[in-house]
Amino acid sequence: MLARSSFRNSKRFFGTRMVPKQTQLFIGGEWVNSANGDTFETINPYTEEPITSVQRASVDDVDRAVDAARKAFDHGPWRRMSGTERGDLLFKLAELIKKNGEELAHLEALDNGKPITLAKIVDVSNSYQTYKYYAGFANKFVGDTIPAPGNFHAYTRKEPVGVAAQIIPWNVPMLMQAWKLAPALAAGCTVVMKTAEQTPLSALRVGELIKEAGFPDGVVNILSGFGEDAGAHLVRHPGVDKVAFTGSTEVGLDIMRNSSTLGLKRVTLELGGKSPFIICEDANIEESIQQANFALFFNSGQVCVAASRLFVHEKIYDEFAEKSAKLASKAVLGNGLDPNTTQGPQISKEQQDKIWGYIQKGKQEGASCLTGGEEYEGKGFFVKPTVFADVQDDMTIAKEEIFGPVMQILKFSDYDDVIKRANNTDYGLGAGVITNDIGRAFHLTNGLRAGTVFVNCYDIFDPTLPFGGYKNSGLGRENGLEGLENYLETKTVIMSRPEGSLP
Amino acid sequence: MLGKTFMQKTTRSFGSRAVPKQTQLFIDGQWCNSVKGGTFETIDPFTEEPITQVQRASREDVDKAVLAARIAFDHGPWRRMSATDRGNLLYRLGELVEKNAEELAYLEALDNGKPVSVAKAADLPLTWNTYKYYGGWANKITGDTIPAPGNFHAYTRREPVGVAAQIIPWNFPLLMQAWKLGPALAAGCTVVMKTAEQTPLSALKIAELIKEAGFPDGVVNILSGFGEDAGAYLSTHSDVDKVAFTGSTAVGLQIMRNSSLGGLKRVTLELGGKSANIICEDADVDMAVQQSHLGLFFNQGQCCIAGSRLFVHDKIYDEFAEKSAKFASEAKLGDSQDAATTQGPQVSKEQQDTVWGYIEKGKKEGATLLAGGEKYDGKGYFVKPTVFADVQDDMTIAKEEIFGPVMQIMKFSDYDDVIDRANRSEYGLGAGVVTKDIGRAFHLTNGLRAGTVYVNCYDVFDPTLPFGGYKNSGIGRENGPQGLDNYLETKTVIMSRPDGSLP
Repeated sequence: MLARSSFRNSKRFFGTRMVPKQTQLFIGGEWVNSANGDTFETINPYTEEPITSVQRASVDDVDRAVDAARKAFDHGPWRRMSGTERGDLLFKLAELIKKNGEELAHLEALDNGKPITLAKIVDVSNSYQTYKYYAGFANKFVGDTIPAPGNFHAYTRKEPVGVAAQIIPWNVPMLMQAWKLAPALAAGCTVVMKTAEQTPLSALRVGELIKEAGFPDGVVNILSGFGEDAGAHLVRHPGVDKVAFTGSTEVGLDIMRNSSTLGLKRVTLELGGKSPFIICEDANIEESIQQANFALFFNSGQVCVAASRLFVHEKIYDEFAEKSAKLASKAVLGNGLDPNTTQGPQISKEQQDKIWGYIQKGKQEGASCLTGGEEYEGKGFFVKPTVFADVQDDMTIAKEEIFGPVMQILKFSDYDDVIKRANNTDYGLGAGVITNDIGRAFHLTNGLRAGTVFVNCYDIFDPTLPFGGYKNSGLGRENGLEGLENYLETKTVIMSRPEGSLP
Repeated sequence: MLGKTFMQKTTRSFGSRAVPKQTQLFIDGQWCNSVKGGTFETIDPFTEEPITQVQRASREDVDKAVLAARIAFDHGPWRRMSATDRGNLLYRLGELVEKNAEELAYLEALDNGKPVSVAKAADLPLTWNTYKYYGGWANKITGDTIPAPGNFHAYTRREPVGVAAQIIPWNFPLLMQAWKLGPALAAGCTVVMKTAEQTPLSALKIAELIKEAGFPDGVVNILSGFGEDAGAYLSTHSDVDKVAFTGSTAVGLQIMRNSSLGGLKRVTLELGGKSANIICEDADVDMAVQQSHLGLFFNQGQCCIAGSRLFVHDKIYDEFAEKSAKFASEAKLGDSQDAATTQGPQVSKEQQDTVWGYIEKGKKEGATLLAGGEKYDGKGYFVKPTVFADVQDDMTIAKEEIFGPVMQIMKFSDYDDVIDRANRSEYGLGAGVVTKDIGRAFHLTNGLRAGTVYVNCYDVFDPTLPFGGYKNSGIGRENGPQGLDNYLETKTVIMSRPDGSLP
């Protein structure tokens, strides 16, 4: 493990870029304080110190924001803009994100703790591509003309669903903001977005870029705040037509129950997972270990689709387990702003404690701890990368989502049985398969009940690829054309035409 | 009509913007002279003087270009680039066109004769929007996975068809280039383009921008030259997979006949028209006069879809004819570079003579001349805007495409009959309908055999709207997703999967 002294030696680097300028709420195109003056601190998970205070949205601010979005949708210029014009604004936003990429990556690493190298290559780059992808869709989603029987000119129109309430998580803040804003705006909706209380900063900077790009006032509104008051009030608000939430399954089910309290809302959810990764007997062990390591430990294990149940064929099990533990222990824990860091801290003390709780459970319930497993001592909400082997299906660590750098290795020998075991969960977000055998690939891929199945790869994300869950992992898909459809309502028009006219 | 002195007083302004820098052939990313050393002059249709000499592509140059495109497609980086990257290059090109719009508009107006004000307001925005539109399509071209019976994983892939030979006309040089390059490049094809001999200049400036944008060498090749040698040879070249041609029906039929000389080619054609524009009894006469004037006289009448058969209901015929003639005579003929000009010269002496020939025929065959009809005296290939009334269906000017500022007004009284008369043509490119009556609108729209039907508008072009002809007006559609289909080949893949796997 890494000695504490090496942590103290790493330099902290705060250029002037690093000062988060924007801390207010973005409502109706203006930067404002919260109605009751409340603020809250956002913590740097490496230093454990507050970075800054940001405005905390109250229910009154939620009302203000929904009003602004409602007005912008019902009466503003946005609804009368062509798809091409909307797309042009999204292109502009994408270019501004690219232009300001350095700053955004720094802000993200500061607020979330993730390694800045990853923030640049993954988060900023993917966000840019997402805005660009949906910019291109804005003037391309079509309805149909339909050969209905009878003297009718019949067709469908795809119209924006209205005001969308979007609640995003803290694990990949900027990218989650892009996955939500881009399709909603391409479709012509207006948005009220509540960010995660742990990571409010990068979204506010993007809010500035949205204004700079020239989106009309009220089209995008961004509120920093908490789920229990602002978030809950937002999803129930009668002025909201559509709710999109990414976060825990627990809160997702809550939202499903509450959102239609005062009126029916279209709801899409991206929730948790406990994704199986099946390493077959013919797998190249060196490659599989790299894949499995990446699939679990990426982003400090804070990925909804993390491969947190590794089913390894008994023929290669021992070698695999040993080598996995070795690779996991090589992680360089440190400051996200340090380019040498490979694993940053967890997002918060709460998360750190929760994950530690699971590690203890793992040990208590009899799993073999091959590496890690010691509580982290020192500054920063770190959890040492931990690998458990000999995990049984009924152990807590094999069933519940840990959302941290804790790997579970389980053994299997029969392929039909492993499909059953993999599917034996309330989740269904992702799955992975490693094999060179073409038949086995299809056998497993077609049998696994999961929204995304990776074969000989993992964590491939792109705006072109639909993403979402089966069962309790969610409702609906984001990205691709499907992502757009979340924000569209179909209107069927049937016009009578005169008797003599041709069908 | 306008006196000669007025013409002589308008000043020609050639800033450095208007100096055509590029006159060579663009092959494999390089600027080169033609192999045989031939050049030809491109004439300014206002001064009747040569603007400059450009290289003239011979058959040897066509071979070079096709080879470059073939190698670029089969072995170059282009085929391995992601669709997203291809799309990004097209966006970049769109941005460069927008950035260089002033210069391009002046070049276009100089070479073609059209008013620079129209080039700026119409040709240029449509051009950059077309590149941007197709930039957005590149990573959205999807195939299907198919529930075929049996133990199969079956899907379609949409692959680029290969090397596309594209021959474009002189009436909208920049825009026609974009309508062809946009979808071909979005689909991943490589291109050899032959421009019209009357208007080689703007396409060469675009080639400079293509290089600046960063397209790999050989992906786009541009040849200035003539149809009878370079064009004919290109369209029959055995290394070309796809031929796309816009021009006259006569040449189009020839290309159709000859294209398979060097092996089967996929051919799409955008040819001539004699589009009917039906002005109903309830039409607002002033609005109809404007609509039909634009529909015929736009671009000096040099528009494939020109509404050149005006069917006017007898109830409003006299008023309509009189007002149309008056409106037509208000045109300001002049130098394209002059902001006051509304009608420029025809593109060449040949065209001027052809159009004049039709005017004489019209007079001979007994149509009533209401405006124009005198031969133009003075410098520049002008044709005075001419309006014929009392035109009969069997007159030459009612049947043949004139491609000049000559309007034909015909009378009708029965709606079913006018549909028959409108359809009684070898052409089927466009049609127009002016009416407030919803039933009549559908009756006519559904009955007219034309690729585009305008209702209460005309000449609305956009990259989102598919465009093309029925019958002798062409094969296939450009623009919209249909435009992409022209450059794609479908591959169906059927993979066997093991017995126990789920469908």
